[in-house]
Amino acid sequence: MELTGAQILLECLKREGVEVLFGYPGGAVIDIYDELPRHPLKHILVRHEQGAVHAADGFARASGKVGVCLVTSGPGATNAVTGIATAYMDSIPLVAITGQVPTPLIGNDAFQEVDIVGITRPCTKHNYLVKDVRDLALTIRRAFYLARSGRPGPVLVDLPKDVLQTRTPFIWPDDEAIKMRSYNPTSKPNKRQLQKVAELVKNAKQPVFYAGGGVVSANASDDLTWLARRLHMPVTATLMGLGCFPADDPLWLGMLGMHGTYAANRAIQDSDLIIAAGARFDDRVTGKIAEFAPKAKLVHIDIDPTSIQKNVLVHVPIVADVKHALADLRSIIEHEMTDFDFVSVHEPWVKHTLEWELEHPIKYVPAKRGEPVKPQYVVEKIYELTKGEAIIATEVGQNQMWTAQFFGFQRPRTFLSSGGLGTMGYGFPAAIGAQMAFPDKLVIDIAGDGSIQMNIQELATAVCYNLPVKIVILNNGYLGMVRQWQELFYKKNYCATCMDAQPDFVKLAEAYGAAGFRVTRTRDVEKVLKEAFATPKPVIVDVRVAPEENVYPMVPAGKSLGEMLLV
Amino acid sequence: MNDKRHVLSILVENEPGVLSRVAGLFSGRGFNIESLNVGPTLDKGVSVMTITTVGDDVIIEQIVKQLRKLVMTIKVVDLTEHKSVEREMVLIKVNAEDSRRAEILRIVDIFRCKVVDVSPDELTVEATGDQGKIKAIINMLTRFGVKEIARTGTVALKRSLQD
Ligand SMILES: Cc1ncc(C[n+]2csc(CCOP(=O)(O)OP(=O)(O)O)c2C)c(N)n1
Repeated sequence: MELTGAQILLECLKREGVEVLFGYPGGAVIDIYDELPRHPLKHILVRHEQGAVHAADGFARASGKVGVCLVTSGPGATNAVTGIATAYMDSIPLVAITGQVPTPLIGNDAFQEVDIVGITRPCTKHNYLVKDVRDLALTIRRAFYLARSGRPGPVLVDLPKDVLQTRTPFIWPDDEAIKMRSYNPTSKPNKRQLQKVAELVKNAKQPVFYAGGGVVSANASDDLTWLARRLHMPVTATLMGLGCFPADDPLWLGMLGMHGTYAANRAIQDSDLIIAAGARFDDRVTGKIAEFAPKAKLVHIDIDPTSIQKNVLVHVPIVADVKHALADLRSIIEHEMTDFDFVSVHEPWVKHTLEWELEHPIKYVPAKRGEPVKPQYVVEKIYELTKGEAIIATEVGQNQMWTAQFFGFQRPRTFLSSGGLGTMGYGFPAAIGAQMAFPDKLVIDIAGDGSIQMNIQELATAVCYNLPVKIVILNNGYLGMVRQWQELFYKKNYCATCMDAQPDFVKLAEAYGAAGFRVTRTRDVEKVLKEAFATPKPVIVDVRVAPEENVYPMVPAGKSLGEMLLV
Repeated sequence: MNDKRHVLSILVENEPGVLSRVAGLFSGRGFNIESLNVGPTLDKGVSVMTITTVGDDVIIEQIVKQLRKLVMTIKVVDLTEHKSVEREMVLIKVNAEDSRRAEILRIVDIFRCKVVDVSPDELTVEATGDQGKIKAIINMLTRFGVKEIARTGTVALKRSLQD
């Protein structure tokens, strides 16, 4: 059967199990759009290509499937770059399809031409320019294989217009065909190394699990939870790892790092054994690297060998899929250490960490009568009202940190946030993607007034497709996180962080056909949130919060985890 | 820091963009390339790159791992860990007035190099050898006035007989 490139592309997407495509058309991809109505794929027309990529990314994070987006050449492709880099930093499986000028024009500065393969080389797991339609099907299959296997990541496929128009027999490449001799990610852990880990835990007095986004993406939360409980080991997680261990478990220490809890950071600094799983010792987590966990032996489990020994010296490196590694460790503990009483050995330590939690819990000074609403209170209320049964996206800044601190994430894939790149404007389109994956779940974007304006145009998308995403703006009138740094480290020189001339967010919501609410008093927060959550369409809740509230605790950049500023 | 020179031999799929991917990895991560050499192998689909770089053990380990992580990389060998043969070729255009010509030719002879181009006042010398030899011949010819120089960068292979 002879098909055009455009038809082959859509056929491949269908066979890869793609249900939804986030995109924005243009001349270079018009042939694909011409075919779309004849395919079962659902296409979501966003309002900016960055939105398409973040939406695909949010869809992927929430569902565990590969997210797919489609944009045109030139400006469409460059608009997608921030989204691609965001997914790359957080290892999110994504296939980004870009249009390209016809092959004879490539390199001629043709209209809407850009070397997107060159531009995205450092921020994709891999990328392709397809020059011959006969390579198309295999390339698409490989793109999906690369995106989802090993350490997941975004893969870009650039498709010249003439390739999309040329006909060729369609052959679906089998699993054998997509194999590459140059790509063989390790997934099985070394058993002897795991035996070592089991021994180390047995001998450790003060062990801690340090879990990262890899636990979430490998779907290893159950094994982690089982192990922590059986080994009686406290658990802390990175921002990306939130939800991989239930926040209501007594072994949960909270997040670690710059805005982590006192208990988590103290536990890390005092521990004699750290088992890091799917985490990469980011500088936001370790603080001053030379003083990180001085007494601890480090075990590091990661699918990506480059993550191991990059920032810290590791005693037991384990290159493996976190899922396989934790499951195998579990089976060693389950079968070979049945009699060992981990609870009594580690109980004094666990007690100790509980005392730290009581000593310095995550807290804030509640608003007195007549004072503006505290942003932390809003997050607490959202948690209470949803009982953690919601998918929460965030923007970047204080809103993100307060969400991490005050929302008790119970399950993986319920927290969507740009961790590695810290992309303002990520949360709302990501929430749209998550809502596409789970139409019946409550999806909330907790936003700052600065960040939300970076992709606010996607309100039209949410309205258009009846995606009832809730945006709760913690509106402090500032680029809060930067203002906090200016306050603490730059003598309150609030240069360029005051958001003057803000739009009326309620009217803006209404202008788009969404619903808008405003809250200015603490006592109205609960009522309005309830109403917003019950409204079956996209909603903005504009909460005016205390303008100069800060995120605490805080480890100043470059200091060690032991040097926290408390409230 | 214990910075050491390392010669990395990298087998890659012969696909478009692979050179810039490798080179970009070095520049993007702040690693240094001293020399880089690419050529085909017997297998048409595969190229071999020889890269010399400098760094301490931790940096070199990271470089090797990052290279292995590239989707198009088939194999990376740090030849510094093995006995290997290294060669570089250099073309040196040197001033050669009549009075000094004999002296230059004697040096060329001692180093077992070749004169590949002659003019009334210049000689172009081709030299092949390991880093030490190349350095030495350049040194020797510098005092006559070297006008131009072109180097290939190192190529290297593991020695066959090793135990
Ligand atoms: C695209 C982008 N530009 C700039 C920054 C730098 N930045 C980090 S946090 C922040 C302030 C965010 O302000 P806002 O969205 O109002 O949230 P708040 O901190 O007040 O909760 C800025 C500007 C960024 N992370 N992303």
